[in-house]
Amino acid sequence: MQNEYDVVVIGGGPAGLAAAIKSKELGLNVLLIENREFLGGIPIQCVHPGFGLHYFREDLTGTEFIHRILKKFLDMGIEYHTNAHVTEIIPHSYRHKILKVVTDKGILKLMAKAVIYATGARERHMFEIGITGHRVAGIYTAGEAQTMMDIYGIMPGKEIVIVGSGDVGLIMARRFTLEGAHVKAVIELMPYPGGLTRNIVQCLEDFGIPLYLSHAVTRVEGKKRVEKVIITKVDENLRPVPGTEEELECDTVVLAAGLVPYLKVIEKAGVIIDPATKGPVVNSYLETSVPGIFVAGNALVINDLVDYVVEQGEEAAMGAYEFVRNGGLPALRWRKLVKGRNVRLLVPHYVSDTKDVMIYARVKKPEENVKVRFPEIGKEIRLPFVKPSEMIRIKLRKTDIAKAGDKITMEVVPNE
Amino acid sequence: MKVVIVGAGVVGSSIARVLSQYEGLEIHLLEKNADAGMGVSKANTAIIHPGHEDDPDKYPLRAKLCVKGNRLWYQWTKELSIPAKWPGELMVAVEEEDMKVAEHYLELAQRNGVPGVRLVDHDELLQLEPNVNPNAAGALWAPTAGLMSSPMAAPALVENAVENGVRFHPETEVTGIKIEKGEVKGVETNRGFIEADLIINAAGLYADKISAMAGIDYFTIHPRKGEYYVFDDDAEPKVTRIVHQTPTPITKGVYVITEMNNGLMIGPTAQDLPEEAKEDTSTTKEGLEFVWEWAQKLVRELPPRNRVIRTFAGLRPEPPDGRWIIDAYDDPWGFINAAGIRSPGLTSAPAIAHYIVEELIQGKLDIKLTRKSHWNPYRRVFWFKTLPEEKQEELIKQNPAYGRVICMCRTITEGDILDIIGRMKKMGIRTISLDGIKMRSGVMSGTCQGSYCRIRLANIIARETGIPLWKVTQKGEGTEYGIGDIKVLLREEVKENAE
Repeated sequence: MQNEYDVVVIGGGPAGLAAAIKSKELGLNVLLIENREFLGGIPIQCVHPGFGLHYFREDLTGTEFIHRILKKFLDMGIEYHTNAHVTEIIPHSYRHKILKVVTDKGILKLMAKAVIYATGARERHMFEIGITGHRVAGIYTAGEAQTMMDIYGIMPGKEIVIVGSGDVGLIMARRFTLEGAHVKAVIELMPYPGGLTRNIVQCLEDFGIPLYLSHAVTRVEGKKRVEKVIITKVDENLRPVPGTEEELECDTVVLAAGLVPYLKVIEKAGVIIDPATKGPVVNSYLETSVPGIFVAGNALVINDLVDYVVEQGEEAAMGAYEFVRNGGLPALRWRKLVKGRNVRLLVPHYVSDTKDVMIYARVKKPEENVKVRFPEIGKEIRLPFVKPSEMIRIKLRKTDIAKAGDKITMEVVPNE
Repeated sequence: MKVVIVGAGVVGSSIARVLSQYEGLEIHLLEKNADAGMGVSKANTAIIHPGHEDDPDKYPLRAKLCVKGNRLWYQWTKELSIPAKWPGELMVAVEEEDMKVAEHYLELAQRNGVPGVRLVDHDELLQLEPNVNPNAAGALWAPTAGLMSSPMAAPALVENAVENGVRFHPETEVTGIKIEKGEVKGVETNRGFIEADLIINAAGLYADKISAMAGIDYFTIHPRKGEYYVFDDDAEPKVTRIVHQTPTPITKGVYVITEMNNGLMIGPTAQDLPEEAKEDTSTTKEGLEFVWEWAQKLVRELPPRNRVIRTFAGLRPEPPDGRWIIDAYDDPWGFINAAGIRSPGLTSAPAIAHYIVEELIQGKLDIKLTRKSHWNPYRRVFWFKTLPEEKQEELIKQNPAYGRVICMCRTITEGDILDIIGRMKKMGIRTISLDGIKMRSGVMSGTCQGSYCRIRLANIIARETGIPLWKVTQKGEGTEYGIGDIKVLLREEVKENAE
């Protein structure tokens, strides 16, 4: 078995598959590694539409979307391992990384010039969002519930309370309803919904599911399985307001309380993490602080759309191509992207004027009639509204980047 | 001679193991839960105490058996492959005047014969524990203190006891005790009558109920709740020692430890609950706040709160006046209590077992027991992740399941899980549950808390036990993973509409 590759892609979801396809198209010798027993990642279990509007200019289900990409991947004959888990990435020299991979065919020791890390995200669980009470059966993360229903065909429960109104929570509210369950409420901590407007309408309003804004589930009660939850109003500092406790009877709690990039292995390799995105600090080639380790998809930043995830996978592959071809990225003058007014997160963290760069950002709070401004390069974009749930995606032209000194600020300001 | 032990917590399991060393006994270990050690034994601080905290005049058994138990665990954890470590314990005097309290415990250490205990000053304290509160005056240092993986203890003990002939009966609840002419004759259970010449009550929180069934009803057991936080295994800073503070009349304070999975753990509270709250292992906002506040006083710095991966609560069985009830009775003859085994119960369990077998059964009841010529003290377990690479390679060749990593946070493979399931079946477990595997392996206890691996684990259990995926349980009946196949509710609806 060959054990030297130009690129090893870790993760067989949309970001990883796109990265592997692009790498192969660029003529790189590539291997993809997937921990589960099948390729495709999370979109396989997403039987709802809303995928591919940007990338394929068609409205597809997640399953359809990923099958198109997967077919291309398989048709190209790209080498891959499923049931394979990377336990370690050791930066061996500037140009090489050693990967230890446990597979059911044996332990692989791989040498890779570049690594693209596309392992996606993990879900936040009840202990991270301060829920107290009984640790009983009937508590699931949304992704786990979705896997149960749409990969393995089993029903988690009947009387459902969903925690979190991000897209995942909203889609699961509809999914449960369509299978005959009773979704009693979606509970949202913030004073505004966490998901896309279209999902609020199509998943909640169309089915008459109540949404409790500025509320938290503080406690789960039950003997063996969930019997009820205690919900509480929260104040502007997101603290529970005493005396506002209410009981909701249910047998199932579904936690859609957000995603966190899952980075155990590259954290050990020394990658620097941005506390805002909880993903790695990257330059515009999507290279992390460890030269030759690239990152894409939800391992980089939590995305709204799989289309962006695929785009990042391809971008990371182009970065890896530059790295492999030149034995490293060229020496460049990097401009730091700086978060200005009402910008909560921003990737990449560094850009240069060698190419156009797609930037992804989220605001801290919703605002109407604003402009997104990059004062150092004199760029302005007007937007009717911004909200934390909808990622802002803007292309910066290399000619614009060239105008900046050592930093480029992005700010969201009222449009006067 | 037939012996029934009621309760397969760490005390009952230890008694089973010690008794299994003797010939001519038919030993039945009864447990109402699906697995051993799912009650009190599972959720505690997991400290193997040195034995200097109990006054031998007030609590003679606690004082004596704790020191002995500490030594025995050193041997038992090795024999049974129960993960353990021996970092030593610092009883920290936060204020100068607390040093007087520390001195009192030094005196107890001398009276109880605890090796190595001594006072350390501020400078040495900081060398022993760099993350301690830098303003602390000093500490009492007890180098024999250890930590173990307490959830693994009872399952390991039972497995070894079964290996040596003990019969394990999970999901078997005692409903009555038969007594004739002042002697015990057996126990009534949900699975029928089991004859017994000796009945040993190690029923934890319910030991008062079992004892009452034998007519010994002078005591009640109250649950005392302890709440904890556990941090992720890479959350810093940690502590190198077991750290707690000099007790006050109001509180014993909380412990700060680095648990066996290498995450910082803080707790517990000590909240007395009403007698009927014997299943209330819920966490509370107030309890957790208390733990945080006290832990902060004890160390220089805690990891950020967003690195907490779990909060949990356990119950301790609190007897009247804190005195363990360990005795054999004349009426009914053959009934033995090991009741109210509150702290240091985990530490003392092996010594309690020896005390019951040697001083009560062979001593007070004057039953002659002969040691078996062959008794296997060992339970050998290995973990894929801890093996050298050549061994790992070899193992995957023999069984490809070892090459499939199921739990990414703790690197637990399907091979490890299949080994556990095999052991569970062999020891007589009827319901292979998710928690049963978690207790034995640490799967689902890492960063993701099962959000990624629980379904994979459930699939393996379903396949290996031949049940539908949704019927796999968290910890026995009533805790099923799902409610049926995906169309179960729609089918019900159609049926209702038709009627």
